Amino acid sequence: MTEAYTKETGYLDMELLRFTTAGSVDDGKSTLIGRLLYDSKAIFEDQLEALERVSVNRGEEQINLALLTDGLRAEREQGITIDVAYRYFATPRRKFIIADTPGHIQYTRNMVTGASTANAALILIDARNGVVEQTIRHCFIASLLQIPHVIVCINKMDLVGFDEEVFEKIQYDFNGFSDKLDIKDIRFIPISALKGDNVVERSSGMTWYDGPTLLYTLEHLHISNDRNFIDPRFPVQYVIRPHTDEYHDYRGYAGRVAGGVFKPGDRVVVLPSMFDSRIRSIDSMGGSVEMAFPPQSVSLTLEDDIDVSRGDMIVTENNLPHVGQDITVMICWLNEKPMRQHAKYWVRHTTREARCLIREVNYKIDINSLEKDYGDKNIGLNEIAEVTLRTTQPLFFDSYRKNRITGSLILVDEGTNETVCAGMIV
Amino acid sequence: MYRQNINHLKELETESIFVIREVAAQFDKPTMLFSGGKDSIVMYYLARKAFWPMKVPFPLLHIDTGHNFQETLDFRDALMEKTGGRCIVRFVQDSIDQGKVVEETGYNASRNVLQTVTLLDAIAEFKFDAALGGGRRDEEKARAKERFFSHRDEFGQWDPKNQRPELWNLFNGKKRMGEHFRVFPLSNWTEMDIWQYIYMENVEIPHLYYTHKRKVFNRDGVWLAYADFMKIKDNEKVEELDVRCRTIGDITCTGLTLSKANTLEDIIQEVAATRITERGGRYDDKRSDSAMEDRKKEGYF
Repeated sequence: MTEAYTKETGYLDMELLRFTTAGSVDDGKSTLIGRLLYDSKAIFEDQLEALERVSVNRGEEQINLALLTDGLRAEREQGITIDVAYRYFATPRRKFIIADTPGHIQYTRNMVTGASTANAALILIDARNGVVEQTIRHCFIASLLQIPHVIVCINKMDLVGFDEEVFEKIQYDFNGFSDKLDIKDIRFIPISALKGDNVVERSSGMTWYDGPTLLYTLEHLHISNDRNFIDPRFPVQYVIRPHTDEYHDYRGYAGRVAGGVFKPGDRVVVLPSMFDSRIRSIDSMGGSVEMAFPPQSVSLTLEDDIDVSRGDMIVTENNLPHVGQDITVMICWLNEKPMRQHAKYWVRHTTREARCLIREVNYKIDINSLEKDYGDKNIGLNEIAEVTLRTTQPLFFDSYRKNRITGSLILVDEGTNETVCAGMIV
Repeated sequence: MYRQNINHLKELETESIFVIREVAAQFDKPTMLFSGGKDSIVMYYLARKAFWPMKVPFPLLHIDTGHNFQETLDFRDALMEKTGGRCIVRFVQDSIDQGKVVEETGYNASRNVLQTVTLLDAIAEFKFDAALGGGRRDEEKARAKERFFSHRDEFGQWDPKNQRPELWNLFNGKKRMGEHFRVFPLSNWTEMDIWQYIYMENVEIPHLYYTHKRKVFNRDGVWLAYADFMKIKDNEKVEELDVRCRTIGDITCTGLTLSKANTLEDIIQEVAATRITERGGRYDDKRSDSAMEDRKKEGYF
């Protein structure tokens, strides 16, 4: 920055984009992330020096960009990424959060975790190998978790002579199976993460490619429609009662808007009581605001003094979510201990908590072939299945396709307190 | 159809407020760790926003190493006075006097490692079941994989290989008796985000962050503040220079920046231009490549 920093020139209007990267060590995923951080100047001198030191110690000739993203000691020793790691970089247009996840089948749970909050997924394909089992798996997870944008990076183009036909063939193969999935936006970019082609700088070796670079694509993806602005949903998180002289009778319902737009004067209904009222004000420190929409954290006050507590949901009368105790869910099992059918678990959904019983495993999905298996009812770590739950209390939900917040839930083991399952409501 | 967008700072703010409220809702006895540094100041500011017009419904906890900058302590007391907050202070000196920890000696002696014991004792004393911390994932490699809700066993230890998966915004704070959580609402913020936010919201910060004259000396390329309890080597010269703090911690390990920045605009410009990470100036991280990870496992912030 050379110009003086002011509120106008100060990059205060940047947007936030979260993306996930999936790929195995061999796909060059770590190198790609290293390249993005390096070329966008998100790497500092002391990090670079540390990188040089480690690269030299390992007897490598050039700086190993992949080492930048190796976090914990165990991973550095084994040379693999074993957990979701978060990385940050920014350009004048956007701030980026990368959820970097390992691609091996045994880390499906990490991919699912990283995908749960992502606007976009980067899927890496080694140009020499083309579409492999792992590509299908990554793509399936992106579809299952409803990541709005998928960017397929065909990497190592330098090793196939920057051949356009290789790129076209992979694109063709990819579309062959992705047509069966539910992905709204897919783009393909031929790159070389190692050499930097089409990552931040355009490639001189692939003049046949006239699309944007990866960074340009990330900077310009249209993300403002990724959230649900149609169906008003306000899960109550916390009740604010100051008990002071100034705010003696104040009751504010604090929460984060999960869908739709709320304005003072709107007629609302509170679930599960079905009492109705109007929004009196939408408050935040320093005053009231005109409206609230996802993902804002605000607090609502209502015209009428009705009983509202954490786990309730404020909605509008003409647009109610499903209310029910029998819920069909696509799940990914996250724990070493397999699912116990007919066992009870805690269920967390928005700000609501209940207990639930897994009534039925409907089918299991082979995430490499995408085939459904109606016979095998045993669900273990990293497996994906459709199940039916029965909850002790009604939940207020939408399908995950319609709303990623009111359509998602987790199960918690009552014995170990561990989060054992991620669920997307069908 | 509405197409609403908020900038990255407002989105980070809204996420942090959600996390802070979730702590108040899920735990019986939370606390917020306060160091007087910019991250904990921003975190406390967000907590005030989260519960307005109510006061923050839990106390703050400051672990005082006894080697703090006096300005930090004055700032803390003034802030509590102004906002009606309550801050519990526990002293590393007490842990030393009780023989629970042994003071380091030598040139690089620091009480930074010792605070872990004082902190865990304070958590036990008040039976806190959650401690909010201002840690950010961009600070250090070991923090890149930290969760928002970080589970600690009954010894306060962190097990990086056995973390709970964290999906969407569904946080699982379930625990057994004696266990507690560290919660990091600023996980997704970077140093730049913090500064931009302070600027956008006019958050008050200690004057130490702005340029001021101070007695300093240079040790292995890092400028450190001189205090009378510090040992100076023969080849080190104490001189008075224009400096500012980029982070505020213990005097013994807070690296200073030679700087004439006296407005937030100047500071942001300096942060944007700088090519060294914030923790690059932290003497405590230089001890080994996985120094932070090792301290975290033992219960460090």
